[in-house]
This record gives sequence, structure tokens and C-alpha cells, in this order.
Amino acid sequence: MTDIAIKVERLSKAYRLGAMEERPETLIQAGLNMISAPLRNFRRLRSLDTFSSDREASDILWALQDVSFDIKRGEVVGFVGRNGAGKSTLLKILSRITEPTSGRAEIRGRVSSLLEVGTGFHPELSGRENIYMNGTILGMKKAEIDRKYDEIVEFSGVERFLETPVKRYSSGMKVRLAFSVAAHLEPEILIIDEVLAVGDAEFQKKCLGKMQDVAGGGRTVLFVSHNMAAIQNLCTRAIALIGGQVCDDGLPETVIEDYLARFRGQSGGFGDNPERRTSSAATFTGGRMLTSDGVENPNPFAGEPTVFELDYTAERSSIEARVVVIIFNQHNVAVTQLRTEPPITLGKRGVIRLTLKDTPLPIGKYTADVKLKEKDGNEDTVPNAFQFEIYFVKDCLHLAKVSSRMSSALSRQDLEHVIDGETASAVPGRKLSRDVDENPLVSGEQFG
Amino acid sequence: MSRHPARVGSAAPVADELPLIVIEPHTGWRGIDWRELREYKDLFFFLIWRNIKVRYAQSAIGIGWAVLQPVASMLVFTVIFGRLMGVQSDGAPYAVFAYAALVPWTYFANCLTEGSASMATNAAMISKIYFPRLILPLAIIGARMVDFFIALMILGMLLLAYGITPNAGIAVLPILLLILTLSAAGLGLWLTALAIQYRDINYGMSFGVQLLMYSAPVVYPASLIPERYQLIYALNPIVGVIEGFRAALLGTRAMPWDFIAIGGAVSLLLFTGGILYFRRKEHIFADVA
Repeated sequence: MTDIAIKVERLSKAYRLGAMEERPETLIQAGLNMISAPLRNFRRLRSLDTFSSDREASDILWALQDVSFDIKRGEVVGFVGRNGAGKSTLLKILSRITEPTSGRAEIRGRVSSLLEVGTGFHPELSGRENIYMNGTILGMKKAEIDRKYDEIVEFSGVERFLETPVKRYSSGMKVRLAFSVAAHLEPEILIIDEVLAVGDAEFQKKCLGKMQDVAGGGRTVLFVSHNMAAIQNLCTRAIALIGGQVCDDGLPETVIEDYLARFRGQSGGFGDNPERRTSSAATFTGGRMLTSDGVENPNPFAGEPTVFELDYTAERSSIEARVVVIIFNQHNVAVTQLRTEPPITLGKRGVIRLTLKDTPLPIGKYTADVKLKEKDGNEDTVPNAFQFEIYFVKDCLHLAKVSSRMSSALSRQDLEHVIDGETASAVPGRKLSRDVDENPLVSGEQFG
Repeated sequence: MSRHPARVGSAAPVADELPLIVIEPHTGWRGIDWRELREYKDLFFFLIWRNIKVRYAQSAIGIGWAVLQPVASMLVFTVIFGRLMGVQSDGAPYAVFAYAALVPWTYFANCLTEGSASMATNAAMISKIYFPRLILPLAIIGARMVDFFIALMILGMLLLAYGITPNAGIAVLPILLLILTLSAAGLGLWLTALAIQYRDINYGMSFGVQLLMYSAPVVYPASLIPERYQLIYALNPIVGVIEGFRAALLGTRAMPWDFIAIGGAVSLLLFTGGILYFRRKEHIFADVA
């Protein structure tokens, strides 16, 4: 079978997790521990690369387990999976950076792997020098770089700074230069991990275009990305990994669809909590996160709308209040908020749905506070009402466009208000506005 | 696409011509893959060049440091050991006597300290891309060899200033340099492979190199060692090299062929052992770095 470029047979890789240190309970024991520490450390360090045949050992993590597949010459294969699913480990093994613990792979052809842009870039060297340094590290010959030098420089767009040490470059310039070198590789097999996650939207587009050239040029490409649209557009085949095992393999559309479906419909978290402050006559009774078609989805996808559905009850009807959802990133910085502006009139019982269009958030963990503020200043604040994680970006180029017009006012259909089963959002003058703060430090306290 | 005619033309060569790479776990001993090293020779030379360039970047006297290091040591040694302590120097002026030993010694010591740190300092690179790992420590030796030749030129000038004429023994210098390089590479590879898993090596390195210096005839002549221990002493390959340098350049003694032979054999052993151990450990570098 000469048209097989990569043949992977039962590939497995184990990593050893750091074992917990024993805690001394007495001073004497602490002293004894200190004396025996070098020996213990030596054993631990030595064990870093040895694995017993016991697969169940508690401090061993199987990053890949019995992965097998064949890739034909010219196929462009996208790998899909959450952080820790084994995608990067697989690419590292196929790039020969690390060895498998067991199993075997055969690769026919020259391989170039881009697990990072700018590997080997040295800050003290000039742009020109780094082109050569990076190029040879990626496996190019000096003569080959000489030949393509002008093209690389032109693609990068940093002609004027070629004699400047790279440490004075902006991070964007560095990435452009590094990617230009990478884009001019001519291997038979190209392995790419997430490198498109860097650079501005325009440059990303350029890179995607260049990659499409490569893919169209009969080369075999292995591609890992959280950007589902990129995988769908570029790849002829997708392989989904879960927990280090292949769970799906086939056409990108179907694999991605099935894969995303696995993450929908998991339970969300709106709970009463001790930090909750309630002084208002109207209070929240529950909430959930939904997709636009009403399916519960606690881990939304960037690029798709996310609906925050909030239930409330009130002691009396016709309370005027603002409802606010504030989203914080993992550094506890407020990144986006949804609010009803001007205030809406509540009924005695109802449901409010606030839609975050396109969910323009990068991959990461988030929490959301929910607030109901009455006109008289009384409020019901539920900190950390939602906790969610964004694993995937549906379409990053589209997102870039969205974020450029993020602060503009949004249409009324972003708010839906149901009082006792009857839609009340058609009230004139009731409109939802959404702000994405230019200054992320502005907290939710600015209104009221 | 019209701008890349070469790429279109080179796409998809005949399958049978393509190299086959087999990836599977390795456990045994492996030698050097010369073909692969030749593939990466451009990277090797660029790394040597990068090491030199980066080392002296943003420094006022730049490559002058290659001269300053042994010259400053020579001055200190001459004052302390030559003048104050009156260490004998086999009849040669103490300054040249010490410097003739410092040129090879500085090269050897720098190769060891820098080489053993090479994997840890380049950990980011090792975990992101494949290339023959041997290139990293070898490129450091290459870069340090440039320093060696600069220091050697200063030695030539020093000899001129003292009016000392080297004898026919200088024909042996290339062999001495080879022994020195094999020892530095061999020991360096052992230490490199150990240092990536046990950082203790890095911490102990500067101290260890200092101790090693006193085990070699840098500040004193080998003739100080009692006759019956001389051959055991020569097991340290640096002994033959340094004494050989002195014999050829200063004529302080006859060429110590016995030292050189013993040292040469030891250096070969060190080098072979170093390569084998390094190649055996190589596959875990990316995981433990």
C-alpha cells in the first residue's frame, strides 16, 4: 500500500503524574524526612521514565490509548477533542518529539511539524537571522531558505525591521515573521497544532488561505484546532478523540456535529448560594443556559448564540427592574454584560431570556453573576449563578467581524420576556442593550 | 499560486523514493545516525553561529571575552602561584606556563558547563520540534572551539613577546585538540543526559569543574606528582593534553607520549560511552525537560 502516508497502530503513551509528598506530622518526622529526601527524590526522578506493566497504577496517566488509523497521501485530517483528549500528544509522537510507550507508527515522507510558531527564535538575533535559524530548525536547508527568502519576507510584511533584534518586535510582528517561515515549508507531510490561535484576524485569514494552498497541493496535512469552522473548511476528514481514544472518524461535518452534540445537554448550575444578597420584592428562582434552539447547554460554543434563561417571582406585579448578567473570565475580570435597558416591567411570575449573540468569548472558564435591580435600589444579586467553560470556537473569522461591532446597540429579539406564559417583550420602548466593555475592569456596579 | 511554481512541481514525488520513518518505543543502545546528522548539518552550523553571536550580543567588548577569561586567570595565577607561592614551572616563565595550560583547560571547562546545561536551556525547543538532539551539545563544543582558537592566537603572541620558539612538537597539537574535544564531548554528553533529569548536575557543575581543574596540571607541572603515581594520574585525559601543549610550545619537557596514549584511550572510552548513554536517554528528553 504505497498510497498510505501515515499508518498508526495501537499507539499508547503514558505520563507519570507528580506524586503527592507525604506531610510530616511531627518535628522529628520532618527532620527524618529531610534526611531521607535526597534518596526519595532520586527514586522519584528516576521513575519519571519508567513504567511498570501495571496499567492501573494511580499516578500514571494514559494520554493516548490504543490509537490506530491510516492516513492516505493527500488527505487533510483535522483532530477534534477537548484539552487533554490526547491530540497534542498524538501530534508530538508523530513529530518524533516524544516516543510512544507502546504501539507503532510508520510515516512515509518528509515531515514538518508546527506545534508552535517561532520555535528557536532568539530574541537577540535580528529578523533576518531568525528566518534562517527558524527555517533550519524546521528542517529546511540553507540553500532552500536563500531561494525563498524574498518571498518569506514579503509574506511577513516586516521588511523594514529585518535588521532589528526580534526582542524589539511587537508580539504580532514576531508571529507574522515566524508564520511566514513556516508557511514556506515544502514537506510531504505537515503537522500543525493550533498555530492559528495567534495573530490578528487579517493575518489568520492569510494563513488559512496559505494553508488551503498547501492542502490543495497534494500534501498530507494533520491539523489540530479548536476552531471547528477551520476544520470544516480545510479538512477532508476529521478524527475525534476523547480521553486518549479515537471515538469518531469520518467526514468533518458529521464528526463535528456528533462531537458537539456530546457536549450539549449536560446539566448546568444555577443554585442559591451563601453570597446571594436579596432585598428586592422580585427574586430569581432559577436559571439555565440554552442554545438558540432551546436545548440546555452549560458549555456554550463561541460563535453560536447563548441564551441565559432566568425565572423570577415577585410579591406584586408591575415592578420596574433591570436584569443584568455579568460574565467574568477566569481572572475574575468582567468581560461582557447583558442587561435590560431601560428597565422592564415584571409580572408576578415570569421568565426572562437574554441572548448573548455569537458568544464572542475566547476559550476558557467563565462565571456569570445575575442581578435584578429595582428602581428604588433594592436588588437580588446571585454571584456565580453560572459557571461554564468554552471549549470550542465555531468560526473565528466570523467572530473577529462580530467583535469589531460589538458595542453597537442590539436588536430587540435579544430579549424575550414571558409573564405567566404570555410573551411581554413587545412592550414599546423596551429594548435590551448589551455592552462589551472596552475597559474590562469596569465591573457591574457602574449602573443602578 | 502562480508565485510558487516550484512547490507545485515538487509535490507528491514517487512514493518509493520517500523516506520511511518508523516510530516505536526504544529501549536498547543506539549508535550515531550519521545520515540524519548530515541531513541537519545546516542547523548544526547555524546553532554554532547562534551560540557565538548570542553569547556576545549587547556586550561592549564582544568576542574579546574569549580572550579576557584565560588572560585574567593567567594574571591571577601568575601573581598567586608563580610569585607568592613560588610554584615551579619546569624552567619556563610562569605566565606562559600557566597560559599554555589555560587555553585547553578553559575550552574544556566551558564545554562541560555549557554543554550540560544545553538541554535544560533549550527545553522549549526540545518539546516543540524534532531534530537530532546530539546537535545541541555538539554545537556548543563547536562554538567554544572558536574561542579556543582565538585564545591560541593570544598564546602565540605571548610566546613571541617572551622570545620562546615552539619545537617540532606542534605537529602533535591537532591530536591533542582531538583528545581534548573527544573528552569534552564524551563527558559533556554524559552530563547533559543526566542534567535533564537531575538538575543537581547543573548546580554542582561550576563547583565540580573547579575541583577538576586542580586534578589537572594547570597551575602546577605534572612533574610534581610522584613518579609511581604518574601513569594513574594520566588517566585524566587533560593531563596528557596540557603537558603535551607545554612540551610542544615551551619545550619544558619531552613530548609525554605515555600520557597522551593513556589519555587518548580514556577519551575514546568517554566519547563512546557518552554517545551511547545520550542516545539511550534521548527519547525521554521532551518528557522530563
